[in-house]
Amino acid sequence: MSEAPASTKIPVTVLTGYLGAGKTTLLNRILSEQHGQRYAVIVNEFGEIGIDNDLVVGADEEVFEMNNGCICCTVRGDLIRIVEGLMKRKGQFDAIIVETTGLADPAPVAQTFFVDEDVQERARLDAVVTVADAKWLSDRLKDAPEAKNQIAFADVIILNKTDLVSEAELAEVEGRIRAINPYAKLHKTTRCQVPLDAVLGRNAFDLERILEIEPEFLACGPDCDDPHHDHAHHGHDHGHHHHGHGHDHHGHDHGASNLKVYHDEEMQSVSIRLDGDLDANKFMAWINELVQREGPNILRSKGILSFKDDPKRFVFQGVHMILDGDSQREWKPGERRESKVVFIGRNLKEDELRQGVQSCAV
Amino acid sequence: MTQTQTSLTQNVTPIALDGEAVCAGFFGRTPVFALADGTALFAEIGAERRIKLHEKAAILTAQCLYGRLVSGGDDGRVMELRADGAVTELADEKGKWIDALALREDGAAAWTVAKTVRARDAKGEVKTFTAPSGVRGLCFMPKGYRLALAHYNGVSMWFPNTAAEPEGLVWRGSHLDVTISPDGRFAVTAMQENALHGWRIADHKDMRMTGYPSKTRSFSWSHDGKWLATSGAEACIIWPFDSKDGPMGKGPRECGVRTARVTRVAFHPRALVIAIGYDDGWVMLTRLSDGSELLVRQSGEAKGGAISALAWNDDGRKLVFGAEDGAAGVLDLPN
Repeated sequence: MSEAPASTKIPVTVLTGYLGAGKTTLLNRILSEQHGQRYAVIVNEFGEIGIDNDLVVGADEEVFEMNNGCICCTVRGDLIRIVEGLMKRKGQFDAIIVETTGLADPAPVAQTFFVDEDVQERARLDAVVTVADAKWLSDRLKDAPEAKNQIAFADVIILNKTDLVSEAELAEVEGRIRAINPYAKLHKTTRCQVPLDAVLGRNAFDLERILEIEPEFLACGPDCDDPHHDHAHHGHDHGHHHHGHGHDHHGHDHGASNLKVYHDEEMQSVSIRLDGDLDANKFMAWINELVQREGPNILRSKGILSFKDDPKRFVFQGVHMILDGDSQREWKPGERRESKVVFIGRNLKEDELRQGVQSCAV
Repeated sequence: MTQTQTSLTQNVTPIALDGEAVCAGFFGRTPVFALADGTALFAEIGAERRIKLHEKAAILTAQCLYGRLVSGGDDGRVMELRADGAVTELADEKGKWIDALALREDGAAAWTVAKTVRARDAKGEVKTFTAPSGVRGLCFMPKGYRLALAHYNGVSMWFPNTAAEPEGLVWRGSHLDVTISPDGRFAVTAMQENALHGWRIADHKDMRMTGYPSKTRSFSWSHDGKWLATSGAEACIIWPFDSKDGPMGKGPRECGVRTARVTRVAFHPRALVIAIGYDDGWVMLTRLSDGSELLVRQSGEAKGGAISALAWNDDGRKLVFGAEDGAAGVLDLPN
């Protein structure tokens, strides 16, 4: 069966967020604003949406395990059925939005788009968008594992209701988010007032679009002149995101950015950068074994790799045990050949991960 | 052999559906289609007639058997169409999607909405059962007023007219569709993991039928009940059910091997001949005894839409097919 090219596949945005964070507000904005796009919306609670939309489908969040020896490979059975049904209305909508319940783990939704062949043929995951409540998220990160999963998994985080917190509280919640996931795009909003193109059409799972993997709060455009960025970059190459101090809630001030750096005991990110080339066979064997063993703890992974004798960059991304990789563009003349790998997950063994990547160096 | 002897393409009359075929069948000798856009098409050659069954809604699932066409829409309605054009609303599930449906020769029908299963007998009395999880496939069993329901971790066999708990056939995993052998001895499901699972109903003995590169979405039993033809591979896979052990320890036959996936299969009602529809729009007939093939339709140079509907009429003189891209046709077998 020949696969449809990526451009003809229907993009799917997954909207997560803890109860009361503002998911429905964002959804209503998406459905009511003029943007020329038609959405099919898969929701859990009928009636919450105030907008008349032909294609609102109720879902049941039926999560089941695949019988493929992959213990964390859970998928949403109802979603497989709904995507198939929506294809009977081909041409009547341009994109799909899946709203999950406040307590849902985003992984089964995301995995559905990689595991089910029929779904994969017709639709592609665009991004996981998490709406977080600026006032309550810090507390939820302490007592609700679901909230932590949703932050760790996100490509885009809408930090909402910022008008209800002080500047210091906002800095704290932002620091706590970054301790878990420094790579997501973060937007601070009230009433989810964010340009919709910051939420939709992100191509966050498109291997062709993996250009850089830098912590988002350090990344800046070519005309950026913030001196603090250089300073922070230096730290980042040495494992900035995982200090490993072993005690929680310590923060230090990064001056102008006012961003506190926290360490989350349970959920962290590890970024590894290596100059020169990797041995492709060694790396593939290592990463496959790693996700087989540690897959339940690794929520997301991503990498841009320089393989020996390969003129092209190799890029990969993963969700728990599921890996997706491909050759991408050629290394440019004068471009520094290096490999970068990031993991976001629970109780990551940073030393083991570093040694693992280093052991694949040529 | 010359081209004319291996091809029946000259005997096919094309039909323009103007929409994706969900299901096809016959009212007597007239081909009938249910289309994804909510309409039914009586494809009387030269006198086509369209009837809207679902206003502003899509048909998700449909069956055309025993002289009626029943469709389930994403408007939550179950609609019945008869040969005289009469349309009856059998159910309105208030906007919820109809996921699967099944028909019985006596006029009964059954449908599912997520976990909810409803059986409506010929007199119109409706009984409801709530399955342990979403039911994506169901069928009437050959003996008694009883339904087999496919869901997670197995099958439930439910008598709508008794209060007894349904009998369960258990196997871990997601079961998408279910069929029962005509003699009532075996249940077979299509699973999420590109495999079939079977049970001998008497003792619940399991059988695994694996090796498919994609999901099986179409089953068909031979007229003598001894063979089960299935889709999902680059050939029609036919499992033997002629002995008391069914296919246990036996391999399947393969017919119509091509480099395209089989999407629909339909055994001839009187002979061991199988009609096979492929995902590139081709249709072939193949004879089980010697594997000989007859071409019914080949799509042009551009890859055609997948065959999504395929059915014989009662005497097996006519075969109707329809595709996802709206192409369709009817074959009249030469004498």
